[in-house]
Amino acid sequence: MSDFTDLTLATARAGLAARKFSAVELTQAHVSAIERNRGLNAFITETPDKALAMAKASDERLARGEGGVLEGLPIAIKDLFCTKDILTTAASHILDGFKPPYESTITQKLWDAGANCLGKLNLDEFAMGSSNVTSHYGPVINPWTKAGDNRQLVPGGSSGGSAASVAARLALAATGTDTGGSIRQPAGFCGIVGLKPTYGRCSRWGVVAFASSLDQAGPMTRTVEDAAIMLGVMAGHDPKDSTSAPMAVPDFRAALTGDIRGLRVGIPKEYRVDGMPAEIEALWQQGIDWLKDAGAVPVEISLPMTKHALPTYYIIAPAEASANLSRYDGVRFGLRVPGASLDEMYENTRAAGFGAEVKRRVLIGAYVLSAGYYDAYYLKAQRLRTLIARDFDQAFEKCDVILTPTAPSAAFAIGEKMDDPLAMYLNDVFTVPVNLAGLPGMSVPAGLTADGLPLGLQIIGRAFDEETMIRAAGVLEAAAGFTAKPGRA
Amino acid sequence: MSLDKATVARIATLARIKVPEADLEALGQELNQILHWVEQLDQVDTTGVEPMTSVAAMTLPLRPDRVTDGDRADDILKNAPNAMHGFFTVPKVVE
Repeated sequence: MSDFTDLTLATARAGLAARKFSAVELTQAHVSAIERNRGLNAFITETPDKALAMAKASDERLARGEGGVLEGLPIAIKDLFCTKDILTTAASHILDGFKPPYESTITQKLWDAGANCLGKLNLDEFAMGSSNVTSHYGPVINPWTKAGDNRQLVPGGSSGGSAASVAARLALAATGTDTGGSIRQPAGFCGIVGLKPTYGRCSRWGVVAFASSLDQAGPMTRTVEDAAIMLGVMAGHDPKDSTSAPMAVPDFRAALTGDIRGLRVGIPKEYRVDGMPAEIEALWQQGIDWLKDAGAVPVEISLPMTKHALPTYYIIAPAEASANLSRYDGVRFGLRVPGASLDEMYENTRAAGFGAEVKRRVLIGAYVLSAGYYDAYYLKAQRLRTLIARDFDQAFEKCDVILTPTAPSAAFAIGEKMDDPLAMYLNDVFTVPVNLAGLPGMSVPAGLTADGLPLGLQIIGRAFDEETMIRAAGVLEAAAGFTAKPGRA
Repeated sequence: MSLDKATVARIATLARIKVPEADLEALGQELNQILHWVEQLDQVDTTGVEPMTSVAAMTLPLRPDRVTDGDRADDILKNAPNAMHGFFTVPKVVE
């Protein structure tokens, strides 16, 4: 029954509570949908038996009148989260066969709240990419297609499998991670909601590290309410992550009052970038008008350092990645390619195990951290980062949230921009500054292009004020009334 | 700054990634394209600006210096490409 897969976390949970259907029925509908849609390549590992066993246990708890916030709800996990005894690949050849002996804090919290695990989702290798084409397991196909054009489109990245699976109704929700836009940009490309929390809101423990000062996990869902519900489960202090914030978790769902009267919405004038399609510009203006109609007050703000955010990011993120990825050495886990000496074994293993984009970033990172270049590149980028964060501090003196497009284009065809890393990097022009400043940001589906592809608008909040961001996102969602569904699912 | 072949080879060694001699030239060009692009940051005067080393304004917490986990050698070795007698193995490093 396809109706099951059109439910949201909130409506499915209510249906389970009212005993209208069982968790096993709900999960089986999703397991079947995954089987029918293997062509999307959204999953690296499917775990139907586990999902159904968990659903059965959920039904028993529900029958006793027990059950957590997500009891009986089938979700899927980006394959960057370590899951005990389940293959965890980061979409890299170098993690061949890796079955973690532990569970990430976030997935443990989700299971503790009653969610059921449908499987592990495809992504860009080590989350490095904006179109999910760098995966060792092949590209993910966006379930959306352009009107009158059957070319396969990218789902965005790096959380491409997460976005595609939620958009195609293969999972009620999915986890994502966002280092420079990897939750928000694919959410925009696939017409779903993607929320990157404030840095420190969710534990990074057990999540394969890319750039530790930027990485943050968050929910990917079909509604703002679902994002609020799931964030409430994922968030919270974890002593195992020393950068996780020792702060109480608010009731994010309660923030959805629909009342934004008097809310000051910052519109950054520098975000009108060259070459941005007119329909994205128009949608952004429409978003401003929607919020204004609901009683908000648009305020022009200036984020002058924005134009330096991408180059700053492409020094800091590779530098951190080159350090984080030094652990893949062919000794403790994953792939080993023999060599005559220890060094040669390392070099052979890493040459065979990493794909082209990962190698590029590790090499750039090693260079900008090397003696003689550290000050000119890495230290310079860290100083720029201070200036970029200061821009936001000053802007938030004049406004409460910031509204921007999520990405400067809609989804593009697989194969486009592949030979030019810099063109690919530009996808994240509106999302990267938010990571550099450690702020929360979320993408809400707001409209379609003339040829029928989804477009997202991004709302950026103050640090640890996801509630105001979610409230504004809820109003935007209601005004946009986005109900379109992808063609391939 | 532009990377020559020798520098690309040196970085590859630092990063412990084998790059065949024949690929050094093309890889160097790719890396140069990225480096030239990030060098636009030189236009920004950052004199007197503190480098951001921590996203959140918080001091890293200390914890008691106690063993809280361990005794899981078998669990951990399960993922090793090669392990023997409770140890990871590597190619011979001492003659």
